[in-house]
Amino acid sequence: MTILEIIVLLPILAAVVIALGSPARITALLASGLAAAATFVTALRFNLNAEGGFQETSSHPLLSIEGFPDLSLSFGIDGISLVLMILTVLVLVAAIWAAPAENSIKGSARIYYASCLLIGGGALGAFCSTDLFFLYAFHELALIPTFLMIGLFGTGENRVRTAWTITIYLGIGSIILLIGLIMAVVHLGGNTFNIADLVATANSSDNAIAPEMQNWIYLILIVGFGILVSLFPFHSWAPPAYAQAPTPVSMLHAGVLKKFGLYGIIRIAQPLAPQGAETMLNLVLVLLLGNILYIGLVTIAQKNLNRMLGYSSVMHMGYVFLGVVSGTAIGMNGAVLLMFAHGISIALLFALTGSLKSRYGTLEISELGGIAKSLPGLGLLFGFAAFAAAGLPGFANFAAEILIFFGAFQKFDGNIGWLQWTTILALWGVVISAVYMLRAYRNVFKGPENLALPTVAKMGWQEKAPILLLLVSLMAVGFVPELLVKYLRPAVDAMNLFVGK
Amino acid sequence: MDANTLAWTILMLPLFVAAGILLGLKRWSGLSSILATGSALLTLVLSFMLSGIAKGDAEVVSFPWLQVSESFSLTIGMTIDPLSQGMMIIVTGIGFLVHLFSLGYMKDDAGKSRYFAGLSIFMFSMTGIVLADNFAMMFIFWELVGVSSYILIGHWYQKDSAADAAKKAFLTNRIGDFGFMIGILLVWVLTGSIYFKEIAEAVGGVTNATMLNIAVICVFCGAIGKSAQVPLHVWLPDAMEGPTPVSALIHAATMVAAGVFMLARVAFLIGAAEMAATVILWTGAITALVAALMALQQNDIKRVLAYSTLSQLGYMVMAQGITPSGDLAGGSEAGMFHLYTHAFFKALLFLGAGAVIYACHHQQDMWKMGGLRKKMPITFWTFAIGTAALIAVPFTSGFFSKEGILHAAHQHHHTGPWIIGLIVALLTPFYMTRLFIVAFLGKARTDDASHAKEVPALMFVPLLLLAFLAIASAYGPIAHLLKAPAEAHFAAPDITAILSVLALIIGVGLAVFLYRGKERDPVNIPLFANKFYIDEIYGGIVATFQDGVAKVLDIFDRYVLDPLLVRFPAIGAITSGSFLRLFQSGNLQAYGFFFGIAVVLLILLLIF
Repeated sequence: MTILEIIVLLPILAAVVIALGSPARITALLASGLAAAATFVTALRFNLNAEGGFQETSSHPLLSIEGFPDLSLSFGIDGISLVLMILTVLVLVAAIWAAPAENSIKGSARIYYASCLLIGGGALGAFCSTDLFFLYAFHELALIPTFLMIGLFGTGENRVRTAWTITIYLGIGSIILLIGLIMAVVHLGGNTFNIADLVATANSSDNAIAPEMQNWIYLILIVGFGILVSLFPFHSWAPPAYAQAPTPVSMLHAGVLKKFGLYGIIRIAQPLAPQGAETMLNLVLVLLLGNILYIGLVTIAQKNLNRMLGYSSVMHMGYVFLGVVSGTAIGMNGAVLLMFAHGISIALLFALTGSLKSRYGTLEISELGGIAKSLPGLGLLFGFAAFAAAGLPGFANFAAEILIFFGAFQKFDGNIGWLQWTTILALWGVVISAVYMLRAYRNVFKGPENLALPTVAKMGWQEKAPILLLLVSLMAVGFVPELLVKYLRPAVDAMNLFVGK
Repeated sequence: MDANTLAWTILMLPLFVAAGILLGLKRWSGLSSILATGSALLTLVLSFMLSGIAKGDAEVVSFPWLQVSESFSLTIGMTIDPLSQGMMIIVTGIGFLVHLFSLGYMKDDAGKSRYFAGLSIFMFSMTGIVLADNFAMMFIFWELVGVSSYILIGHWYQKDSAADAAKKAFLTNRIGDFGFMIGILLVWVLTGSIYFKEIAEAVGGVTNATMLNIAVICVFCGAIGKSAQVPLHVWLPDAMEGPTPVSALIHAATMVAAGVFMLARVAFLIGAAEMAATVILWTGAITALVAALMALQQNDIKRVLAYSTLSQLGYMVMAQGITPSGDLAGGSEAGMFHLYTHAFFKALLFLGAGAVIYACHHQQDMWKMGGLRKKMPITFWTFAIGTAALIAVPFTSGFFSKEGILHAAHQHHHTGPWIIGLIVALLTPFYMTRLFIVAFLGKARTDDASHAKEVPALMFVPLLLLAFLAIASAYGPIAHLLKAPAEAHFAAPDITAILSVLALIIGVGLAVFLYRGKERDPVNIPLFANKFYIDEIYGGIVATFQDGVAKVLDIFDRYVLDPLLVRFPAIGAITSGSFLRLFQSGNLQAYGFFFGIAVVLLILLLIF
């Protein structure tokens, strides 16, 4: 077994073991901790001098039928997958740590912990699969426990309806995605699911998909992946889901799983249909501005802290899209770095609101107020997280966003074109995100204390630990982005970035 | 020590102190405050050493912060030239004195450690702006200065007014930074570099003049925010909610001067963009005038000083818009000179106001003061010196530096701004004399004022030092030490000098005539007292165009987009039956469980 297989298998096996009766919390912590350790070992072993390509590869041929693409369970990583795996294990460990003790879970603690592990394992599997079929399957594996968790352990009266809505809706997204993937595979000869082979074929001059067909395939994939990433206007499933999901699920889904759609666009949609990406560029620019400006404004109007965070998470996907379609190495590095930064920071924020909710029982902003006096530690940490989300230097988010802006501006040709206009408008989003973050921070934590609130316990170290883990990661990368960019650089250089305008 | 060690130590020391306080020392507030003050003193000493470094030896190793390729990398590097050397002394010098003053002023504050950590973060951020050798680094520290200002304005965060003021300051600055970032990006694509040195070399070759002008105006937006120029000036008066030493350091002497400093740093860009220079010139002039008018009718002692800061910053910005032509030097150096002298006398005035407020039990309304001359003689006399420098009494530092700006405007035939400058030279003595008479002279009008006592030595020593500098900073030896770009020079008085002395006499005379011995304000101009209603107008704009639109979009999102694009397709899929059959058991839990198990088994099977 290769180290990647171990990393993917650990959480999944642990889920099974928990289902069979092993103590849930300790098993889950152990498995996720080991997976994290193994991921860091992988990062240390990673060959930075290799010029792109997958490392730590393994392949188990499964199916080879005439007329049907060869199917094999294959793993491998390049710098982009590695960074996303690091993101996954960090959030997974923090989410499981932040999960409530077994005896305080209403319902089965086994299902609770096993589901978290499956979400993590599925995401890890998706990020290091080099076979299209399994990339898709692992993502589905991670999605299902998400639905389950919202329905079983969520809060609010509508949680079952919310669970059903996102189950069906993301199901539709997955099917659209599947159709797009099948079309791509068929038009690329239909004899392999191997991503590297497919990309090579798509970039060869003879066998690339016909331009007209590329447009269709790219469009379908953008919609399919877009639904999963909550690309405007397919976004409104996300905020209620995050508002009602149990804390670890919000952390894992918003932090990690949602990045799958973006990963798919970077890894599959753009490389397989580069001309389609170019043709559709302006459409995507308009949609991503929908994320940044329209949803940014909607975020300002939110009255519930978790709904606000849900919308803000949707909003920030727009910036990742901007980096992805900028067609420059600078922008692409920034995009992946932002996937990491946003993943950590949104998980951090949901962990903090989880702590708030367990104390006050509400996250309605108007019912809170001035609580920094009772909870100075939590107030300080939330301040850090809010400033991180607002893109302040010192946090990875800033490093990522500034790269995206530089990347999207690089192709300036004397006139301000579509990409540059989009960048300028997107920069206004930076103001918007400061508005809602600082407003919420001010209204929840600052000002005179709301005397109607109950007296609450301060945060203990046990509760602070996962939060500090995320915060330290965010700041480490913020101060020294090279920690991750050294992995991204060769991977991005090896990509054939489509020619944008 | 060589330039490299010096520069990096000055930059990093305050950061380590702040981190140390936040990570562990915060429970020992005495230790935290001493540590922060000590580090401020040390950086001051190091800044003096840095200013001794000749240009040829100023090699500094830069640190590649974010490198994407050979050709694109954002670095942290240092510029060591007279501009940054002088500015460092101002920043660390006033920084140290404010730390010292704060030891007294914040002695019993519950959040003392947090306060001193905030000051240290500020020192770190400000140093970064001053030493930056490229736009990206400047922008990074620019933002960090914004945060430290946010932290310090909102120090008393349980007060609604302080919490709101902090937020307002940060957001207003963000609006300026929106333009700043666009400007940086445009300059980058036009000249191919973010390094000041390379931009200076490349800017002559830029053929797209329109775009260059737009770029420079965008860059200037950053200065409009940070240096609180009209129309983004609204945050600075509110920022007075912070502790008074913070107002002295950040909102008078250093941070708000960062915008002016930045413009001086990129003077070569402004010189190459004529239209942008005109915009800068007029923005400064208008700010100088509008802020002076607002200052006429304020009653809060700190707010008068705040509007006067706005007005003086307007002078400095105006000077940056006067570009060199032919043999005539531009106004940039005169503007920087005024920045230096203003830093001293305005810090003095704020700390003096702080001493008064401290002595009067946090009373800030000047009509509730009075009769402080005998009770607080040191504060009184030092405040008088600060006032003299601000209203440009001949032979004080403020006289020479303001003269430089007006003189430059006159020389370059910018008649409009020149006249405005002279009007401001009349308004300034008027409102400062009003403040001085009402707060210090006459009889004590409240108990707080009649029980006032002189402040302790920890607080008056900084006042004495600053009072000395408020006079002396324009003269030879000290100006040289500061690397001041200009200094006091005695020539035959020209028309500008004659007119501004005349303005001074009229301003002071009018104020004495109107305010001597008065119990309440005999003048009432609501337009000025209410700051031209600009805050109300902005409030309306934010409420309609931001919050109103946000609300409408939220409703649209909830009741139109969500049903149309998410809920309806989802329900449609269920009722169409295909999904229903899939979930036949009707039990989400069972479905999920079976699917999960199946996938796990599949994978296990495949691997082994």
